[in-house]
Amino acid sequence: MVMKKDFNIIISGIGGQGLITLLQIISEAALMENFEVKTSELHGLSQRAGSVEVHIRFGKKIYSPLVMLGRADLILALEISEALKVFPYSNNETVFLINENFISFYGSLNEKEIKEKIKSIKNPKYLVSASKICADKLDAEVVSGVYLLGYAVYKKLIPLKPNSILNAMVKVIPQKYLELNQKAFELTKK
Amino acid sequence: MKKQILLGNEAIVWAALEAGVNFVSTYPGTPASEIGNLFYKISKNYGVYFEFSANEKVALEAAIGASFSDLKCLVAMKSFGLNVCSDSLLPLCYTGTKGPMVIVVGDDPSCWSSAQSEENTRGYAYLAHIPILEPSDPCEAKEFTKLAFEISEKFKIPVIVRTTTRVAHQRMPVIIEPERISKKLKKTGEFVKDPKRFAATSFYVLEMKEKLLEKIERIRKFAEKSSLNKVFYLKKEGGKKNYNKVGVITSSVSYLYLKEALEELKIELPILKLGFFYPLPENKIKSFIKNLKRVLVIEELEPFLEKEIKILAKEVNPEINIFGKDVLPVVGELKTEMVILAINKLLDKKIKVQKLLKNQNLKFEIPNRFPRFCPGCPHAMVLAAVKKIVPKETIFGGDIGCYMIAGFPPYSLQDYLLAMGSSLGVAHGIKKATNQKVIAFIGDSTFFHAGLPALINVVFNKSNPLIIVMDNGITAMTGHQPNPGEEVKIEEIIKACGIKNIKVIDPINIEEMEQTIKEFLQKEEVSVIISRRLCALLEKKRKKE
Repeated sequence: MVMKKDFNIIISGIGGQGLITLLQIISEAALMENFEVKTSELHGLSQRAGSVEVHIRFGKKIYSPLVMLGRADLILALEISEALKVFPYSNNETVFLINENFISFYGSLNEKEIKEKIKSIKNPKYLVSASKICADKLDAEVVSGVYLLGYAVYKKLIPLKPNSILNAMVKVIPQKYLELNQKAFELTKK
Repeated sequence: MKKQILLGNEAIVWAALEAGVNFVSTYPGTPASEIGNLFYKISKNYGVYFEFSANEKVALEAAIGASFSDLKCLVAMKSFGLNVCSDSLLPLCYTGTKGPMVIVVGDDPSCWSSAQSEENTRGYAYLAHIPILEPSDPCEAKEFTKLAFEISEKFKIPVIVRTTTRVAHQRMPVIIEPERISKKLKKTGEFVKDPKRFAATSFYVLEMKEKLLEKIERIRKFAEKSSLNKVFYLKKEGGKKNYNKVGVITSSVSYLYLKEALEELKIELPILKLGFFYPLPENKIKSFIKNLKRVLVIEELEPFLEKEIKILAKEVNPEINIFGKDVLPVVGELKTEMVILAINKLLDKKIKVQKLLKNQNLKFEIPNRFPRFCPGCPHAMVLAAVKKIVPKETIFGGDIGCYMIAGFPPYSLQDYLLAMGSSLGVAHGIKKATNQKVIAFIGDSTFFHAGLPALINVVFNKSNPLIIVMDNGITAMTGHQPNPGEEVKIEEIIKACGIKNIKVIDPINIEEMEQTIKEFLQKEEVSVIISRRLCALLEKKRKKE
């Protein structure tokens, strides 16, 4: 994968799904590959199961921590309606990597309606049942974000080396949960 | 020495440690909470005294005591915390500090994590005559915090480092030097009596004010020479269009959006980046604008800089065309996209920005996902009981904490919400003004923070709201910081106030909760239910550990 001047990632999901851990892993890996890196995140009440989006930018020269609208190279969504919410960050070439997982909320559209809208997205798009795979194979839905990260790295949707991510995980993830996360990350390798 | 990816808040902690801080106090609040969280974790390793204070006023006062005893202090809070402690902050600027003191204040433009208001802390500079520095990213947050300690030490004045959400919660690689921080024992200060210096009595205040204003002028001279206020002149680079009769003045995170916008537009402009918001380096600004035809002021929220610059321009360049809030919003945070449009207007629409900004997909119309209670949350149990048992026309007073979710559907149990502790203060007013029933919700940490004086007022002036203290044993919303509930029993305070209708209930006992609410709502005198059950998220966390 050829690295252009910068690489912009939006991760969207729901508070509690581990978005900030993913952000930390990716940014540490980018630093290990000698990129400049900046990120932005939100804390507080929104983390209580509300919509959350985090921004990660790395490349030769990065000033702003925020991705401009229409400038995401990759949108990694941990839930299907949250993929739609951040749609304005995409342009026609933005790659969508979406956890095929629906978490309803008060007043939400139903799963079918959301899926139709997802279907209407003409972008390069990977719908992966990460939550289900992680629940079945690892008995831990919580690592579905890391599973998707593995998917993105091994399918070369992120211009970072698998080894950098694995090293970053050692730095970011507590020892107790490291093995589980490494397993989740490597699931797509085979 | 090592390079580590840090949040702006974490960079501030390392700056304080490298500067040799002795005493740190804080009350948690987004976007400043991680400063306290990190100190809580590591302060002991570096011989630093750290406390989560009961509120920001006592946090500042604790630091004042330490500063008067010649210790180096840091206080951290979110924007509204400065309102709470402002009563002591203003006289502190009069007395000045002895040991240096830095106050970190986190603003939240766009109110990502703030109810209440979109506060602009810069306004306090005019009220208190306190120096304010504005970093744009974690590296600067570290550099500026260190310099703030130096300014405080040199001029014996507290200094504010003002961040915003996009600075405090921005991450980037920062160089830290843990090996250079001495792992010393806790320093013992000494309070040397000097009432003429430390007592802002009416005999001295005017004299003190004059001295403070003189001090600010000395700091202004310092600011004129400081590298924190930087002028970037045009470099003669190939391929980029130069404009030398127009310029930009900016500060804080807006500087990053400006740099990004110039990259996008492939142009260069002379830039004055201000690290000092107060006092402003007026001569530096005057010489920057003297020969310009147009200048754009890029700042978030109210146009404080723009107004100052308009005054300065009158002296040196009355013909200059000053752009600011006519091309940028006053409400909400800025973004690179907005800065691109503003620059385009500054350059008289000579550049084509449509292509830059139009290449984006349109929005899907989908409903908002409101935050909601975690599984097993005790607040949800209380609200379910209230929703079931209490007549709809009852007034529900909200306060600051996770239980603000009460305002969202399906609960919709929040008829007013203002500030920490105000559910009780306002409930009293409604009870005095009407014949309606009022239930005021308040959390344990908020009760200690600002609920107490309001409770005492309810008793003293005799009104009868039903107060429900949602005691989940922790300051939950900001990430589980300990609070005075560890040492002080809320029911004992309430009994000591002479309140007779009081019951402590585990909200899992639904029937008891419902019965008590029903009964207490009919009381002639104030009544209090303490709903006590540990935060479900914390319980889960503790089990994992």
